Amino acid sequence: MGLIKSRGEIDLMKESGRIVAKTLRVVSAKIAPGVTPKELNDLADQHIRSEGGVPSFLNYRGFPAAACISVNSIVVHGIPSNIPLEEGDVCSLDFGVVKNGWHADGAWTYPVGKISVEAERLMKVTREALNQGIAKARPGNRIGDISATIQRYCESNGYGVVRDLVGHGIGQALHEAPHAIPNFGRAGKGDLLREGMTICIEPMINQGTYKVIQWPDQWTIETADKKLSAHFEHTIAISRDGAEIVTQE
Amino acid sequence: MARKRPPYKPQQDKEKGIELEGNVIENLPNARFRVKLDESNSEILAHVSGKMRMNYIRILPGDRVRVELSPYDLTMGRIVYRYK
Repeated sequence: MGLIKSRGEIDLMKESGRIVAKTLRVVSAKIAPGVTPKELNDLADQHIRSEGGVPSFLNYRGFPAAACISVNSIVVHGIPSNIPLEEGDVCSLDFGVVKNGWHADGAWTYPVGKISVEAERLMKVTREALNQGIAKARPGNRIGDISATIQRYCESNGYGVVRDLVGHGIGQALHEAPHAIPNFGRAGKGDLLREGMTICIEPMINQGTYKVIQWPDQWTIETADKKLSAHFEHTIAISRDGAEIVTQE
Repeated sequence: MARKRPPYKPQQDKEKGIELEGNVIENLPNARFRVKLDESNSEILAHVSGKMRMNYIRILPGDRVRVELSPYDLTMGRIVYRYK
């Protein structure tokens, strides 16, 4: 589990990343009022396998499904349920793919039908935070530069930045060194980013408080005040002149 | 899938010595005392704990005290309580 990946290894991860992105596209097209998260999960599972990959979340530390599907106030790690989606919900899909021994992990939050202006804005800010974080991911910067940028942007928009969960390194394991890519922190602190590192940047942004609670199922994370939460994630590789997005088609 | 940060763990208790009781038999320089232990009937060298010094608890020969023995050297200890 080397910290620095070679060109060839990153290309292998990009193959897994391509499947993640394609599956997100295919599954998100099915999001509509009345569809259950369970159906979306089964579709994702099936699609990942049809591309020659294996869902890396399934059985990871006992997670019972291929995808984390987190609706409304669920921040992340929602276990796909049989409760149909409703018009106006926000629904995040998060899954990982392992192919040829290399992982990629990505997430996106989607609207169900027509959603409120506030929900729209939360999603827009979180997506922009991810972009700003990725822009800071280049050799010579530190992890804290990514963290501080995301935190500053989201908090200046009045949102809460989840503390209890963080991004992570990725490669031959779903979670590996560097072990934490927080969405909060101070610029100039933390590990130095070097060419060839592969990390997941994933802002989890709440409409209200940053505080979260964990359900008794040991997985589902919900906002403490039951307000909405959005989550966007890309796996990226640090290359000579910036970040290379792994999870794209 | 986001990684859960491990929960905050306060620092584990430091390893503690063995607590025993004894009588002070002699006072020595540097707030140290010779204490005769009840159990082993042996004499050890003990100093007064910082917490007791902060509260100006004086120790005189003849006092009954509780001492905490160093786990590394059983002839050294710290006086942690003076019985009234």
